[in-house]
Amino acid sequence: MKLQKATRYGLYAVLELAANPDEQLSATDIAAAYGISGNHLAKVLRDLGRAGLVESARGAGGGYRFSGNARRVTLLDVISLFEDISSDTGSGDGADTEIGRALDLVLGEIDDIARATFGSITIETLLKTMRWRREREARTAADLASPS
Amino acid sequence: MTDDTTLLANDNATRHAAGDGEADVLVRRATADDLPLVIELDGDNTGLHKPDYWDETFHEIERHPGQHFLIAESASPGHEFLGFIVGEVRAWEFGSRPCGWILTIGVVHERRVAGVGSALFDAICGRFAADGVKTVRTMLARHDQLNMSFFRSQGMMAGSFIELEKPID
Repeated sequence: MKLQKATRYGLYAVLELAANPDEQLSATDIAAAYGISGNHLAKVLRDLGRAGLVESARGAGGGYRFSGNARRVTLLDVISLFEDISSDTGSGDGADTEIGRALDLVLGEIDDIARATFGSITIETLLKTMRWRREREARTAADLASPS
Repeated sequence: MTDDTTLLANDNATRHAAGDGEADVLVRRATADDLPLVIELDGDNTGLHKPDYWDETFHEIERHPGQHFLIAESASPGHEFLGFIVGEVRAWEFGSRPCGWILTIGVVHERRVAGVGSALFDAICGRFAADGVKTVRTMLARHDQLNMSFFRSQGMMAGSFIELEKPID
């Protein structure tokens, strides 16, 4: 599955800010960390701000911080701000044919699974999964390093 | 009512520290006395009242090692009923190596988002590990966001199997 650029930037920003709740990060900080366009990210951050997911602090040292509820906000909530991943079935050339309808059934199945997956992963869950993965990798590395 | 020490010693129970401001949770094996509360909670959660199913499930699990029916209750005096979880070790079904299956979980509505589900999940994973399996698995309705979110928050992700079905004409 390929997400649009703005969607990926939005997810990077929300997750980066939620992972560092005590810090205020500027668009430039986040853009540098991910190697992405600062101007494009600034527009994305404004959209996230309007949705109440981030808030900006003015003045020296100003920046953004995550202002949503990490236990409630899902990846789908963020994605839906930038693109519509609902099924686009029954439209387009050839859609109203027997083969077109059969293909739409398969595409609808895939879209349905994608929505269920994004809708069930909260910001906190994804950050927790990252932590667990880091810890598991560290344990594996330690096991490999220790003489048995 | 037994005190915590007796309960922990007699029933292989485990105590799980909860988050700030929440009471600790005790997880222990179910007894026949728990069934009315389990049936009521399951009925509230699923909209289906099925006492015969739960009676049969309880007695089946009692007879077989590798099957687990656990109860969560408050560690504070009174041991308030908080929820339940049921699971078992299955081997070679669908070509799968032995693994633990979580068949159902239920948490009292007013006690959700307080670590009870996590305590039940950790406890049954501990039992599965003691049974010698290294993987835990469950199956959910695709639109069951509540349980899907819960299991994902415990670190579960899509596995290597996919469920397929069709209506039989």
